This record gives sequence, structure tokens and C-alpha cells, in this order.
Amino acid sequence: MDLSAINPVLLIASLMVAATPILLAAIGELVVEKAGVLNLGVEGMMIVGAIAGFAITVESGSPFFGFIAAAVAGAILSLLFVVLTQVAQANQVASGLALTLFGLGLSALMGQGYVGIKPPATPKLDIPVLSDLPVVGPILFSHDLVLYLGIALTAAVWAALKYTRMGLILRAVGENHDAAHALGYKVVRIRTLAIMFGGACAGLGGAYISLIRVPQWTEGMTAGVGWIALALVVFASWKPWRALLGAYLFGGVTVVQLNLQAAGVAIPVEYLAMSPYLITILVLVILSADKSSAPAALGRNFHASR
Amino acid sequence: MTNQSSGPLLSLKGLTKAYPGVVANDTVSFDIGEGEVHALLGENGAGKSTLVKMIYGLVKPDSGVMELRGTPYAPAEPRQARADGIAMVFQHFSLFDALNVAENIALGMENPPAMRDLAARIREVSETYGLPLDPYRTVGDLSAGERQRVEIIRCLLQDPKLLIMDEPTSVLTPQEVEILFQTLQKLRSEGTSILYISHKLEEIRTLCDHATILRLGKNVGECVPSETSARDMAEMMVGSALQTPERSGREFGDVAMDISGLSVPSPSAFGTALKNVHMTVRKGEILGIGGVAGNGQDELLGVLSGETLTEADAVKLHGQPIGKIGPTDRRAMGVLAAPEERLGHAAAPEMSLTENAMLTGSVRENLEKNGFLNWGAAQGFAEKIIEAFDVRTPGPENAARSLSGGNLQKFVIGREVLQNPDVLVVNQPTWGVDAAAAAAIRQSLLDLAAKGCAVICISQDLDELMEIADSFAALNEGRLSAPRPTQGLTVDEIGLMMGGAHGMEVAHV
Repeated sequence: MDLSAINPVLLIASLMVAATPILLAAIGELVVEKAGVLNLGVEGMMIVGAIAGFAITVESGSPFFGFIAAAVAGAILSLLFVVLTQVAQANQVASGLALTLFGLGLSALMGQGYVGIKPPATPKLDIPVLSDLPVVGPILFSHDLVLYLGIALTAAVWAALKYTRMGLILRAVGENHDAAHALGYKVVRIRTLAIMFGGACAGLGGAYISLIRVPQWTEGMTAGVGWIALALVVFASWKPWRALLGAYLFGGVTVVQLNLQAAGVAIPVEYLAMSPYLITILVLVILSADKSSAPAALGRNFHASR
Repeated sequence: MTNQSSGPLLSLKGLTKAYPGVVANDTVSFDIGEGEVHALLGENGAGKSTLVKMIYGLVKPDSGVMELRGTPYAPAEPRQARADGIAMVFQHFSLFDALNVAENIALGMENPPAMRDLAARIREVSETYGLPLDPYRTVGDLSAGERQRVEIIRCLLQDPKLLIMDEPTSVLTPQEVEILFQTLQKLRSEGTSILYISHKLEEIRTLCDHATILRLGKNVGECVPSETSARDMAEMMVGSALQTPERSGREFGDVAMDISGLSVPSPSAFGTALKNVHMTVRKGEILGIGGVAGNGQDELLGVLSGETLTEADAVKLHGQPIGKIGPTDRRAMGVLAAPEERLGHAAAPEMSLTENAMLTGSVRENLEKNGFLNWGAAQGFAEKIIEAFDVRTPGPENAARSLSGGNLQKFVIGREVLQNPDVLVVNQPTWGVDAAAAAAIRQSLLDLAAKGCAVICISQDLDELMEIADSFAALNEGRLSAPRPTQGLTVDEIGLMMGGAHGMEVAHV
């Protein structure tokens, strides 16, 4: 066993990378749930985003277009959920599960020609001087832009929910859709936009896995990250910064346990492998002991003729 | 009354709105004058709600026009109605529990100022009108009266020309009602018109300048409330002579139910704990329990019905401790209950009336045997309720949700009354029910008591309690006042028993 082989600076830098897909998906889902919609299709939207981003990047040679395509693909897939739940009034849980299964199948079909290909590398931030600083440089100034986008999105969603009228209306719709309707807000339109935002975020998260984290395409490569993101939203009590904390915690423990495995620590691999789930859930359960609760209309369908 | 020469503020001409199978409004026309308090009267389903929704832009009329100060007015959405100076206080509060007062108010405004300025405005306006409010409190923690203040302030901040109020006094104490009326009169003197919807005819007589009466979607008459008796107005609403419940002289029997030293915490986070409650009710007696909603009514019902278990000795039936016995066994012993919340507590919304009849009737009506359900008998029981209580529905196979509030209430009360209880506990038996149906329900409770049943009637409608109850007690913050005979009680005494005006004050300026 050789713990000195673990470099703390690289560890932190890589945990940020490991956390970003979860963070992106969780922030998207947080907005969706704040609007009162429970979309269990995160996993499906992520994996479709992963292959769409991968394919477009390979074909166009530009990761930028790839990420755009991933967001668009996630949003388009989420429109299917919109049609089912907002237009046809279908059950949200069943529709979300169907979306995940559909996304997994669709991505396998789309990805048939892309197995084993290496995508063009995504450029990383490289600021002279800053990026070369010891410790601070690799941690803060040497990542790809999408990672910063994830953090910026967290801040933006937090500020929007707390300080803007748009955020207030979104929360109102998620809290009591009948009252929001009576005041003249377009419940279905607001929820549709929230669901599409969630889809786009999930798509970005998926593409981050296939283009940066791994980076290659294999079937079912999101491997449950979408479900972790869903759980994270609940355990984070629908608060953006807690979702970020949870994502980084999960990413961090994942990276640490991989390093420990590599260093040959005398703990059975199975325990190490389950540790990220256990620790993340434990910490967030303790944090969520306060009074904040779910949006009151979460998972309930809205119909205007009451 | 200002500018009477300039014609009406809002005039409705031939408004018609039909839904599949029912015409909600049929060529309704009337005018609301400037600075006038105009009452809109009618039974449940007479089309009052649809009419105000058209004025507020939530529903589009099929035909007919509205004119606001002589110019055509056809709001496509509430936003536009608000911009034109129409504001509305809803019957079922349109508030968001998890948001604070200022956020709730901002949601109802077109161009709200920054939160800090808005909070200051809320403080200022609320104090001017004697409705003090803390803008940063979470609405979920407020009492019903305070929640209504939030709605009213939300409207007042927009300087409305017309304020629509849908059943505003149903949740207030008499003192709070008086203060509300002073606020409304102050608004009227400032030139604001008010369209006032209520079932309470005496209120309309004291407050309103003019009344329009709707029946089955049609305008069937107008009157000046102060010159018309409540009875005449009620008969115009119903379209036939009204039966007043009759109380026959009754002898009370032994004590049927005895509650002593009962203290229980509330099962829900926003609830009220019951504190040292004592009461007895005798056979043939109707005990009325008044008090503003949220002072322990739901908790008391839970304790009496057996949903909340207590110390065995705290609740006694015919001297026998039943505090630890659950609802089904209590039903078998003759203690029945009809809770307030019709959809979800008293009835399962998505289930048919037959199934709902089965849910509480299975024990006493022998609707099940060895764990198998006798659906034929349940349907028969449901039909019996529908027939006896004049529940208007195509048949017992319809879902409870499809009934109007008043009809479902008749079904829910009838279901318990027909099971011949020894003790019947009802909470808000006539809430949202029109005058004729309310009279029928009250009569059935009186008849039941005449047969020797002990009835505990929890209600916020004081007129109702005065009409049927033999003794009266009030719940205030989980404490029950000592019961007193209803004969000779004055409104002031009752108000004091209910805990006074809950921090309201008379409008300044």
C-alpha cells in the first residue's frame, strides 16, 4: 500500500471533473422539480445527450457543437415527457421511467457506428501565469469550460430562484398550480420551459461523460448517474448550493476510493465501491434535517378546468 | 357615492357561458355603480363563480359584452383585468403556503416594486386599513383571517376600481367581520366599487347597496337588501318557499359522551394541540362548538372519531373508556363522524358514491361478511342516501369528485345520519352549501337529536350553531371554553369566547 502515490492536487482537480455530470443533471432537475414536475427520465436524457454530443463532435470535429447538440437532444427528448404529462395528463412517474428506458434504447441505436472511436479533445482553459500557479492553477484555472459552466449555472439558478420574478413565478407554480392559474400564470407553459431546461442540462451532463470524463462511447455509459442526480435533488432539499456540495462530495469520494483501490488499501473493493453512495446520502440526510420541504405540487398534474 | 351621473362602473349585457351539459350563465345583465357595494346572491351552482371568473378574465363568455365606464371591456386574462382595475379576493384562498407574505403579494401584481419597497408598502397600507401584516412571515404559518388580509392587501395595493370578494367572511370571527366591514365601507367612501358574494344574507343586508340574484344561471331579480328581508332574499334564490329548521322541545337523556382532561399534540406540523379539553354531551343534545378555523377543530374531530388515539379515560362513551379504540370499532359502538374536508377526508374523490358509502357504512349497515363485500347492498345504501338527502347526481356509480361541493356534503352527512348513530360528530356540516340544502342538513341533525342521538356540531357558522345547538362552547388555540346554553347568548359574548379580534384593529384615517 502506497498512499503517497495519491497527489492531493490532482485528486481535487479530478473530483471536480467527476462531479460535473451529476451537478449539471441535478441543477436541471432541481429547476424542473421546483416547477412541480417530477421527471424520472434524467438518466434517459443524459445518455441521449451523451451519444448526440459524441456523434456531433466526431462528425464536426468541434466539441463546442457537440455540447450544443447534446443540450438540444436532451431538450427534444424532454419534449416527449412534456407531451405525455403536460398535454396528455399522463402519470409523471410512469412517463419518466418510460423516458429513461426509451433513452437507453435510442442511444444504443444511435451509437452503433461510434463504439471504440476517440473523440477530439475538448480544449481546456489555459491562462498564462494563472494556470501555471502551483496548487491553485490545476484546481481552479485548468479545466474545460463546461465545468465552469456547471458552477455558473448553479449560481445562476440560485440567484434566479431567490431574487428574480421569473424564479418567484416558477416556485409559485410548483407550490400551488391552481392558485398560480387563478392569478393568470400559464402553468403548462412555465412547466414546459422548466422541463426543457432540465432536459438540456441533463444532455450536457451526459455529453460531459462521453466527451471529457471517459472519453469514448459505450452503451449505457451513464451507469446510473442520472439516478444519483435525482436522489441528490431530494437530499439537497431543492437548494442549488447543496446540490453542488452533494455532487462534489459524491465525485470526491468516488475519486478517492478509486485512488485507494489503486494504492491497494486493505479494504475489500466492494466496500470502497459503495462508499460514495453511503457517504453522500449520509451527509445530505443530516443536512436535510431542517424544515425545508418539497414543492407542494410536486408530481401532481395540472388541469385548468377545475 | 361619487359621480352617480357618470353612469355605471361596469355593466354586463347578456353574458352567456355554457359548459358541456350545463348553461352556467344565461344572458345575465346588470350594472355595478361607482362606489357601490353590489351583492351577488345565489345557490351553489347558480353561476356566481362563472360570472365573476368572466369579469376577472379567467373564463371567456360565449356571448354578451361587458362595458367598463362605457368602453368595451373583454379581458383575455386576469393580467388584463388587473390592469383595468379589477381585483379579486378568492373563496378558496389563492395563496402559496411556502412563500412569504410579500412574495405572495408580488405574484398578484403586474409590476411589483423591489421587495424591500414592497414590504414597506405592505406595512403602510395594511396599517392604514387596520389589517396589520408582517410582510416577511411565511403564509403557511398564518391564521385564516390573516391569510385573507394578505389577499385583501394584495388587491388594495393596486388601487382597484372594482374589488370582487367571494365569500370573504366564512372564516372570520364576528369582531373580524366587523373590522372587515369597516374596511370595505372605507373603500366605498373612497369610490371603490365592491362586488360581494356571500351566503350570509344578514351581512348583505347590513353592507350592500344593491343585490342581484342568480338562479340556475339566470338573473331572476334585483333588490335593495336593506329594504328586503333575509327570508325574501332566500326565497328569491331558491325560487320557492323556504323551510326553516324546526326544533322541537326535547328531553335530554344520560351523558352519552364525556371528554375530560384531554390534551393531545397535533398530528400535523401546522396544527394546533388540544389543551385540557372538558366537555359532556347528553343523549338528544346538540353541542355546538364554534371558533375560527385552525384553533383545534380538526384535531378535536380526530380525537372524537378515533383517528387520533388518546389516554383511554380521556374519552368515554356511556361511561366506558374508548380513548384507545380506533375509528372502525367506534363506528360499531355508534360513534360516527363526518369531517370537514369533503374531498380526501370525508370522501375518496376518485371512488364512486357506492364505494364511498361502503367505506364508512360497511360496519353498521352490514355491507361486508367474512371479509367479502356486498356491493349490491352498498349500492342500495348509496341510493338510499341520494334519495333521502336529495343529492343531485345521475347515479351512485359517479365519482365523488364529480359532485358539486354542496351535493357531496349532503351525501357525506346523509351517509352518517342514516346509520343511526348514538353519537354523531360533524365538522362544518354546511360549509359552501346553499341555503336550501343547509336547511335540510340542519333539519336532519335536529331530527337525529330528537331521536336521542348526541350530536357534536363543530362549525364556524355562528348563525348555524345558534339555530340548532342547545349549548355552545368555543375553541380558541386548542382550549375549549365551558359550554353554555345557547338561549340568551349574545354575539359579543360569543366573540369573546372565541378569543376576540385576533389582533385586528379598526381602520385608521
